[in-house]
Amino acid sequence: MVKNKKQPAVIKDLESIRAMIRRHKRNDLIFAAVGMFVIASLTITLLVLFLDLILDGYPRFTLDFFTNYPSRKPEIAGILSAWVGSSLVLLVTFFVAVPLGIAAGVYLEEYAKKNWTSDIIEINVSNLAGVPSIIYGLLALGLFVYAFGLGQSILSAGLTLALLMLPIVIVSTREAIRAIPIHIREAAYAVGATKWQVVYDHVIQYSYGGILTGVIIGMARAIGETAPIITIGALTFIAFLPPTPVTVDPPFLNFEWLSSGFTVLPIQMFNWISRPQHAFHINAAATGAIIIILTALMNGAAIKLRYNIRKKIKW
Amino acid sequence: MNTSVMPQTIISTRLAKNFRRNIMERMIEFALLCSAAFAVFVTCAIVYVLVSEAIPFFQHVSIYDFLTDTVWTPNYSIKHYGIMALISGTLTTTFIALIVAVPLGTITAIYLSEFASHKVRETAKPILELLVGVPTVVFGYFALMLVTPLLQKIYPDLPLFNMLGAGIVMGIMIVPYIASLAEDSMRAVPMAMREGAYAMGATRFQTAIRVITPAAISGIIAAYILAISRAVGETMIVAIAAGQQPTFTFNPIEGAATITSYIVSVALGDLEHGGIGYQSIFAAGLTLLIMTLLLNILGHMIRKKYRERY
Repeated sequence: MVKNKKQPAVIKDLESIRAMIRRHKRNDLIFAAVGMFVIASLTITLLVLFLDLILDGYPRFTLDFFTNYPSRKPEIAGILSAWVGSSLVLLVTFFVAVPLGIAAGVYLEEYAKKNWTSDIIEINVSNLAGVPSIIYGLLALGLFVYAFGLGQSILSAGLTLALLMLPIVIVSTREAIRAIPIHIREAAYAVGATKWQVVYDHVIQYSYGGILTGVIIGMARAIGETAPIITIGALTFIAFLPPTPVTVDPPFLNFEWLSSGFTVLPIQMFNWISRPQHAFHINAAATGAIIIILTALMNGAAIKLRYNIRKKIKW
Repeated sequence: MNTSVMPQTIISTRLAKNFRRNIMERMIEFALLCSAAFAVFVTCAIVYVLVSEAIPFFQHVSIYDFLTDTVWTPNYSIKHYGIMALISGTLTTTFIALIVAVPLGTITAIYLSEFASHKVRETAKPILELLVGVPTVVFGYFALMLVTPLLQKIYPDLPLFNMLGAGIVMGIMIVPYIASLAEDSMRAVPMAMREGAYAMGATRFQTAIRVITPAAISGIIAAYILAISRAVGETMIVAIAAGQQPTFTFNPIEGAATITSYIVSVALGDLEHGGIGYQSIFAAGLTLLIMTLLLNILGHMIRKKYRERY
């Protein structure tokens, strides 16, 4: 106490410093709480989104819903043409985007020399990832539908979604390839392999998991993509199925389905949302629940796959 | 005799094989180059299609009227093509989205990068990725069926189709983009800078605000700009929840069409190929492409130019 009386200024200072430290520590805690709260509310939003769709659409989760065509009567309307259409469109998308994307990614990582050609290609790839999806729809409308005369067909839609998916596949291929150490390539060259043998037998094989992650994420995005397919003029009311791709007679494969009219799940959902009757909104919720479960499963698989790759591979 | 011939034939067949191999290698390299160059082709095709369809449109409508008129009535007898009526809707919804997404995204990024334990981060990041994966048509349903009714309870005069609900949901949609891009740039700040701040007695919050955020500011601003570009190009949420009536308004409680939702509403109707209605969506699309392109270029430039080099 005596000391305090002797040096009041310092003690006062010390106390104000302590108060300041307390204040700063409190701010620290407050921010940590705010951060936790924000992340928790984002999680809750995601959960509410899932639950809302599933609860709203629950009455329509019947077998009939999957095997019926759309109809004017909401109780008997189904998504048969939509899920068949979505599957066929995605089939086209897959077979176009995956080989092209992997080839482009391999070229940019393994072959491209540092010159203006590869610079231009790289700028273009990163640019394409930022172009709004509806612009791809306009491109497809002008190019595929009218200039190439493909019409409002499954082929047009599949190609459009392939363009959207391409940057995702390219980027994931490049990342996967970049993770492969140089000595793997050197070992293959040392035994006399050509560049393509190195790339095909080693580089692509080892980056398989990373590429697959990108492909799954890209396909998940393609399932839910609506705007570009509306833009090319997909019909919203389709009460027929495209010709089957596989036939019993030789040559067993039939490509007529490519030029068939179609609808896809998100467009069917959009159509039902736009109706005034509440019963259609239930159908929309059920369709939305199916879309969101599919995309969540695919994205979840991709996240898990990436996590496993990161954990497992130690070169 | 035989021993002198043998090596000769071996060498010649090996050379032939080499030649074949070289040709194959060249062909494969060329095929791969073509696939990569396809990206350039797509970009050129986008610009070509939009411009070539927009040129006849601009022969009907002068560019001056297009940019200054505030009425967009392509379906009425007196036709007006003032893109401002659509841009106002685009800007309003984008602005609302940013009011929601910038604080939430930045807080999430700071928390994940500076505060969260390893376990929290490993749980939160997949959740953000799942949120990115939600299709926009589902977000649109969410805006119309859940968010707007909630807002109507607070403000009963709110019409069913309004930009407020659409903007808020769009904001939720772009939070993960801002969060992950901003977090990446914060994590790139070297540990030594944090340790320096901690050694001076700074708290985590002080370090995050005074040291990490300024050091990562270029990445954070680039994240905002890329998020704006995302919001400007977003289609389904506004097409479903904001109404499709082109109105020149910045009032969030009204409904209005954006550039994107106009394109959707025209595409849903019967389109006469080559008519002015058909051409108008390409003019609108060109405007949208230019807006997003400028934003993307700006974002990349900021990230490149102001990146602190460690």
